[in-house]
Amino acid sequence: MTLRIYIPCDAAAVSVGADEVADAIRTEISKRKLDATIVRNGTRGMLWLEPLVEIEEAGKRIGFGPIGIEDVPSLFETAAHPKALGDIAEIPYFKSQQRVTFARCGITDPLSVHDYEKLGGLAGLKKAIALTSADIVKMVTDSGLRGRGGAGFPTGIKWNTVAGTTAAQKYIVCNADEGDSGTFADRMLMEGDPFLLIEGMAIAGLAVGATKGFIYIRSEYPHAFAQMNRAIEIAYTKKILGANVLGSGKTFDLETRLGAGAYICGEETSLLESLEGRRGQVRAKPPLPALQGLFGKPTVINNVLSFAAVPTILAEGSAYYQEFGIGRSRGTMPIQLAGNIKQGGLIERAFGFSLKEIIEVYGGGTYTGRPVRAVQVGGPLGAYWPTHLFDTPFGYEEFAAKGGMIGHGGIVVFDDSVDLARQARFAMEFCAIESCGKCTPCRIGSTRGMETIDKIIKGEDVANNIELVRDLSEVMRDGSLCALGGLTPMPVLSALDHFPEDFTPAHQAAAE
Amino acid sequence: MSQLPRKPTQKTEAGAYDLELVREIAASMKGLDGPLIPILHALNDRFGYVDDTAIPVVANVLNLSRAEVHGVVSFYHDFRHEPAKRHVLKICRAEACQSMGAEKLFAEVAAALGDSAQVTLEPVYCLGNCALSPSAMIDGKLYGRVSKEKALAEVRK
Repeated sequence: MTLRIYIPCDAAAVSVGADEVADAIRTEISKRKLDATIVRNGTRGMLWLEPLVEIEEAGKRIGFGPIGIEDVPSLFETAAHPKALGDIAEIPYFKSQQRVTFARCGITDPLSVHDYEKLGGLAGLKKAIALTSADIVKMVTDSGLRGRGGAGFPTGIKWNTVAGTTAAQKYIVCNADEGDSGTFADRMLMEGDPFLLIEGMAIAGLAVGATKGFIYIRSEYPHAFAQMNRAIEIAYTKKILGANVLGSGKTFDLETRLGAGAYICGEETSLLESLEGRRGQVRAKPPLPALQGLFGKPTVINNVLSFAAVPTILAEGSAYYQEFGIGRSRGTMPIQLAGNIKQGGLIERAFGFSLKEIIEVYGGGTYTGRPVRAVQVGGPLGAYWPTHLFDTPFGYEEFAAKGGMIGHGGIVVFDDSVDLARQARFAMEFCAIESCGKCTPCRIGSTRGMETIDKIIKGEDVANNIELVRDLSEVMRDGSLCALGGLTPMPVLSALDHFPEDFTPAHQAAAE
Repeated sequence: MSQLPRKPTQKTEAGAYDLELVREIAASMKGLDGPLIPILHALNDRFGYVDDTAIPVVANVLNLSRAEVHGVVSFYHDFRHEPAKRHVLKICRAEACQSMGAEKLFAEVAAALGDSAQVTLEPVYCLGNCALSPSAMIDGKLYGRVSKEKALAEVRK
């Protein structure tokens, strides 16, 4: 029987040598004349173990990691390898998750339609073909799915608006401009299970009567871009895309577009401008993109994870998805645990878990071994959380009530060497670099904010300057056109509120 | 079917800016929905940068004003105004990498490179490799758990 050896093709695994390990294994196979085949799967999301090699034996996949090229020959020699991890599916980090969206990621060959269908793929699309447009929208609404890009807007309501319009052309646009630091779930999904995104977008097309879709992928993700292009090409040959989607007689065409290095293009209206070939400047709303979106036509624009949740909702029913979660946060959330953390990776769980559990149980503490002092949740526009709030249940409203947001589910951990005054300054600096320049509070406010925090750091007139930063933050929050200017105050104010000691002259003098 | 080229254009040695080729590339991609950014990417990949002389040519093919094309070229970080040096080293300095010492890494690598004639050093804000910080991209290849020694060794290979 042919031995199957899995080595992830995911960019994170490749960044620590997975391609070199695959080459070394290939050489070893031919040297030993083994009957073996290499599968480049997606990643399981246990990224500290990458490159994670899995060898299939008696229906079980035995993991070894992290594997360097020097470890390769011994993989074929000793039974008890020092880097053996046992049955990979039994590792608590992986086993304790509720993998709904990422159910196949890391398990299958991402470009095999056969693997995809074997593990439940296309069931949602087939179901959708048999339903009316209104029924599909109703299922998505009933599931309680909310936008996973960060804003948390109910997906079904958005789709319903587009479905209710009459237009010669409607569009489905996927926002894969995952620019938040600490997030990589979109990238992992596009590289590890790209057909799921294609299926989700095709279902959206059927639901609202759109025949064309675009996936806007940031240029910092060359692997994901290449993988999506390959998957789309395969999907056309398998009639998942094109003029007759799975024999339904319905058309759905899909293309990718590459971003060009602008964080602001993760904002939906700015993304649409960019897709149309213009500067990525934010549009004023109304009109909503649902009514006048891409090229002025009704457009569904959703994040990768929102589309990727839909096939399961169709296949398993809205009740299945809706049963996960707490309050108005239904379903599962793929958490991305990042930064200064021992065991970073992707953890998909129903809403309601605590930061404490994620950081301590999954993360195993900081990478540096020092105490955790703060975590930033939700990207560069998210709040910095002190340890005494780590019990807050993970949910949209629960986090908002404490002055934070869950955003796209990224958690960046900092140890006790972090200086929150400098992090607050960086939030303003980042906004100044990435502002599209359209509205004044964001364009000018961010630069003035940075200068004022510099004064605080230097110990100049601290009390008054802190007051000024708070005042400026209020103006930016209330007066900006979009979330970039509007949310930049969140990390700044949370740093001031929870870590005031970092803004004192004594602290800054000690830091010098 | 999609008309977009399935693979990013292969990067070749940056040479003289051939405006006939610019016109050809622009004309071949003109039929795309929203063709300007894909065309600029193609020029950036083919020539290593977007030269000012290409702007009126692209504008002409797409029936846009020169100002509109210039506005787009200057808005996006990716479009270079001059060729990069032989190697491009991008070090992430977003929050996740900061938590693992990226600011110090960036400063140390910058000091070690000085005004290197071989390496263009640039900051980048997130490469999506945040669980294996600090991250860098060297000539389009992603690296995790990057140290100063590792980054310098790669660009000096």
